[in-house]
Amino acid sequence: MMSENLVVNAEDLVKTYQMGEVKVHALRKVSLQVKQGELLSIMGPSGSGKSTLMNILGCLDQPTSGQYYLEGTDVAQLADNKLSQIRGKRIGFVFQSFNLLPRTSAIANVELPMIYMGINRGERRRRAVTALEMVGLGGRIHHKPNELSGGQQQRVAIARALVTDPAIIMADEPTGNLDSKSSVEIMGIFQHLNEEQGITIIFVTHEPDIAEHTRRVIRLADGQIVEDKTIANPRRAGVTEATPLEGGVHQPSLAVQGAA
Amino acid sequence: MQLWESITIALRALTINKLRTILTMLGIIIGVAAVIALVSIGNGVRQSMNEQFTSLGTNLLTISSGGRGGRGGGPGGPPGSQEEDTSQDDLLEKAAEPLTMKDVEALTDAAQTAHLVGIAPTYSVNNLSGGVVYEQEEADDVSVTGVTPDYAIVRNMTPEVGLFISQEDVDRRTRVAVLGYEVAETLFGTNLSSAIGKSVRVNNAQYEVIGVLPESGEGGFGNPDNTLLVPISTAQTRLGNSGTFRGSLQVSNIYVEVDSQDNMDYAEAEVTAVLRERHRLGTEYKNDFNIQNQAQLLEFGDTLATTLTAFLGSIAGVSLLVGGIGVMNIMLVSVTERTREIGIRKAVGAKRRDILTQFLIEAMVLSLFGGFLGIAVGYSIAVVLPMLVTQLSSTVVTANSILLATGFSAAIGLFFGVYPATRAARLRPIEALRYE
Ligand SMILES: Nc1ncnc2c1ncn2[C@@H]1O[C@H](COP(=O)(O)OP(=O)(O)O)[C@@H](O)[C@H]1O
Ligand SMILES: [Mg+2]
Repeated sequence: MMSENLVVNAEDLVKTYQMGEVKVHALRKVSLQVKQGELLSIMGPSGSGKSTLMNILGCLDQPTSGQYYLEGTDVAQLADNKLSQIRGKRIGFVFQSFNLLPRTSAIANVELPMIYMGINRGERRRRAVTALEMVGLGGRIHHKPNELSGGQQQRVAIARALVTDPAIIMADEPTGNLDSKSSVEIMGIFQHLNEEQGITIIFVTHEPDIAEHTRRVIRLADGQIVEDKTIANPRRAGVTEATPLEGGVHQPSLAVQGAA
Repeated sequence: MQLWESITIALRALTINKLRTILTMLGIIIGVAAVIALVSIGNGVRQSMNEQFTSLGTNLLTISSGGRGGRGGGPGGPPGSQEEDTSQDDLLEKAAEPLTMKDVEALTDAAQTAHLVGIAPTYSVNNLSGGVVYEQEEADDVSVTGVTPDYAIVRNMTPEVGLFISQEDVDRRTRVAVLGYEVAETLFGTNLSSAIGKSVRVNNAQYEVIGVLPESGEGGFGNPDNTLLVPISTAQTRLGNSGTFRGSLQVSNIYVEVDSQDNMDYAEAEVTAVLRERHRLGTEYKNDFNIQNQAQLLEFGDTLATTLTAFLGSIAGVSLLVGGIGVMNIMLVSVTERTREIGIRKAVGAKRRDILTQFLIEAMVLSLFGGFLGIAVGYSIAVVLPMLVTQLSSTVVTANSILLATGFSAAIGLFFGVYPATRAARLRPIEALRYE
């Protein structure tokens, strides 16, 4: 089967919202295959269906019709509890608005998915610390979200997404609320996770220079894929920056973490 | 997810908004405390009523003059509370004959067949001038009653010191007196033996104290500690003036002790028959006397206390219910407020059951913890209340009422928590995350 090393295999995804009398066609037959280890960005104007697609691929929502195989498993019509389990174990989600638990320390936020996986406290703590170190927040594990900058909060969210060793990380406009410097830092982290650990990452952006960091760029318009191009030489985050990444994303110690 | 994790999450959530948590608990605390305290009052009333009734003797019939409705019971007698008897409703009434010593004799003759083991007529002296005096001391409001030796049997009285009134005292109409504890204490202090042989003045005549009764500590109606007993003959003819009826001295009450509780109804019927014959009542007439059955009184008291307890308990139950609704209200607010949190939890892998248990545990912790505090408060109230309210001799906190309150508050947490928790668990992650 061709799906052997496909993390995402979606065929003819349709999502229709019924708004009173009117039907809103958010997705019109979107098909998408993503191979293990890919880093790709989805672009498109506002309202083109990017978030709708991400939510379906991230198992937060279900398509009106179409097939979706995640790592070979048909998840399009799974029950609520089963989806929770898949979200917890196989998917890491990063949102534009961070979505961290308020009044809760960075480390507790990162531990959250592991609580629902039934991992014991000691193991949870150890893995959360490692994940936070990986995103360069090893020194701020006890800070609460309101004590962190936007970029730092998003890095906590990324740590939470990667701590469960997911098959794929979905990031919906992760830099949308960040200044350009923080945005580049976040991109650097994604590139690093993708290259060093082989984590498959899909992220949405509407900023062309952010999309240039990925080898594959997909363009959505009006609920359909209108372009699927490959960039020969994606930009490297941090390379053109005068200052190195805060917290040392490029520290060699990170490389010892094997690929997922 | 382990239960312990759910509990930790719930406790954390509750400590974030402490004031709200405490205010919500307050509803439960007040409710449970009210249940414990009010039920303890009901049980206390039952206990003291039981004690008072049994101290009068459980196999006791009290006969007084006058038809039904003419409630007898001299001083020291039980309260008029005979159970409603409708069997004589359509009979005629006849002017009531007083009870006399002849009635007593008739009952004595029938004692064997009616299972009577003691027959004690009393005569209450009502025309006392002043109190009971010894030297400078005077005891007021003393009820002076003439009795026979059987009185000691039927009322379960043995003098603490000295002797009771003897048959010889009755026959010879001697001026001797047995003092109630309070009277003796007023006149002679706590050294009761010092009273024996002294003379006290009642109605300008001297009476030799031959005995002192033990403290009953009852208080309330016809306080048996504030009495003075003399031979019935002395009371009828020397202290008071009972007058005669058909040549026989009148009595106020006749106490009759029955050999066993099982024979109470039979004995009551026999006594009724004897007295009706004595008073020449044809079948068309109602009784012109009144019989109080102690067993019925006990039963009645118990019913009364149960009703009182149920009444007080249900009032308290209402406030507990209000507290429970408070828990539900706060939980609903909390679910709405934390919609986004629920969305986040579901997005990272929380199942419905995880969210459900988290909110259920929150509700349970609120109500159970409130319940425990409520038990402590209610218990304290139950302990302090009798000290503040003198009419209330005691309160009784039973293990039952504590179990009931605990169970009830757990049930309230569960009942009023299920709906908000289910609502939280059912939230779709995508909608919960979009919630602002
Ligand atoms: N819950 C919803 N109910 C109704 N319409 C929706 C809902 N979510 C999205 N849409 C509509 O679907 C279309 C795609 O939305 P979205 O995927 O959020 O676009 P993007 O993320 O690309 O801006 C839009 O027209 C939007 O109005
Ligand atoms: Mg969007």
